[in-house]
Amino acid sequence: MDELIRILSYFVGIAAFLGLNLAYLGWVERKGAGHIQRRNGPKEVGPYGLLQPLADGLKLMSKQLIVPDNADRILYMAAPVLCMVASVILFVAIPWGENLVPREFDFGLLMIFSVASAAGLSILMGGWASGNKYSLIAGTRAVSQSVAYEVPMLITAITIVMISGSMNLNEIVRQQAGGFWHWNFLAFNKSIFMPISFLVFFTCSMAETNRAPFDLGEAESELVAGYITEYGGMGFGLFMMAEYANLMIGCSLTTILFLGGWQCPFGIFPGPHWFLIKMYFLIWCFVWIRWTYPRTTLWGLLNLSWKYLIPFSLVNLLVTALFIKVF
Amino acid sequence: MSGYFKYLFDGIKSLAIGLKITNKEFLTKPITLQYPHESVKMTPRYRGHIELIRNDETSTHQCVSCGMCEKGCPSGCISVKSKKVPGVKGKVLTAYILNFTTCSLCGQCVENCKFGAIRFSNEYNLASRRKEDYIFNLLERLHPEGVPEPKVDPELLKKEQEKKEAAAKAAAEKKAAAAKAAAEKEAAEKESAGGESKAEEKS
Repeated sequence: MDELIRILSYFVGIAAFLGLNLAYLGWVERKGAGHIQRRNGPKEVGPYGLLQPLADGLKLMSKQLIVPDNADRILYMAAPVLCMVASVILFVAIPWGENLVPREFDFGLLMIFSVASAAGLSILMGGWASGNKYSLIAGTRAVSQSVAYEVPMLITAITIVMISGSMNLNEIVRQQAGGFWHWNFLAFNKSIFMPISFLVFFTCSMAETNRAPFDLGEAESELVAGYITEYGGMGFGLFMMAEYANLMIGCSLTTILFLGGWQCPFGIFPGPHWFLIKMYFLIWCFVWIRWTYPRTTLWGLLNLSWKYLIPFSLVNLLVTALFIKVF
Repeated sequence: MSGYFKYLFDGIKSLAIGLKITNKEFLTKPITLQYPHESVKMTPRYRGHIELIRNDETSTHQCVSCGMCEKGCPSGCISVKSKKVPGVKGKVLTAYILNFTTCSLCGQCVENCKFGAIRFSNEYNLASRRKEDYIFNLLERLHPEGVPEPKVDPELLKKEQEKKEAAAKAAAEKKAAAAKAAAEKEAAEKESAGGESKAEEKS
């Protein structure tokens, strides 16, 4: 019975937290985009446009769900749901605080990586099932991007696993206790290349979540809207929400692996608030980067991965192994 | 190999510069004009529809209703209506109708006006769904509170009345004279007619 209450309370808690975040990250994104381009962003609906997400949601929900004639009906309907479900499941392993984790897995990291690949699958599903050539191109692009960026991301994650000797996310964070100099991105005693490793992971998480400048799956200037071209109403809404959920997962994972999760930078009073501060800071960096850089070409995207990120992460893996052996 | 690292460092440097620029723009105040709440101030040379110029001394327009604007308009979109009012010099403008649906804003009317009575306005908020909204009475636009009555000059009125009376008198005299002459002529005609008839009888 206790177990049931635990499951229910975490489900409700995560659903509420996610709902709030997915709605208001959209608002943050639009506000940020506006101010970076010296506009105001949403400001008419409610004070500072704070009711805008609600209005958007109502609009999307009131729209008719249209399935195109050429579409594969079942896959077309399943793709956004799969995308959203996969993103929500990931939150089960995220440790928000010392004792605030829905389920402490021994393979938390592995579980996140394996389930997160469903996001790429759902993009391919949506792209293929739409029966639209633009969507199909977007789907294939997203897959080649996923393949290219999952490699350095996983190698970097393996580096962290080698350092901590555990795939348990709580354990990884616990080992980073103390001041910010104990955090993994500054752990020079483990490998001198850890800051570079952090940047590699950050870049990969940006590419994995299909964020600009790596949003080749959407690429509205060349592919209409990519894999969401044929989606309207809540199908589109689910894809958008899943994008923000993936963004949160990417930032949470970077926080856990490199920025010491819930640990305080000065070693005093650690807690979930530090986790949230770090995560939102990274999310803000994502927004900032999105509205700064133009979209890369497919060539540039693959070039960056195969010529820079993969060699760098491999070198860091070797150096870490050497450090572990020597010290 | 050196090109490899050069490419990387140049790339990182340019990315950092980009982030710096957007951060600066993020921290500066937005330059958007919140249109329905505030509107832009038009430049003085903006060509809106024409309007009558308000003379500050008389606090009304300077139009003398000569109609040169109406004659010069290639689109025929202006019509000046005027009337004569006793005690006022010249004609009095009663309506200055501009059909803005056909106006091409060529400015011939402004060029033609010798009295500097019209100019281009700065008005640009003219969106409407009805054609009738674009038929402007510029006189009413100049005096939205109501067109004031023309100022009557008492001396001129007196003079005019005298002149009118004199004219009436003269006309009456002329009429009397004409009547008299007509009566005389009639009498003469009668006589000559009688003679003629006799002559006819003779022949």
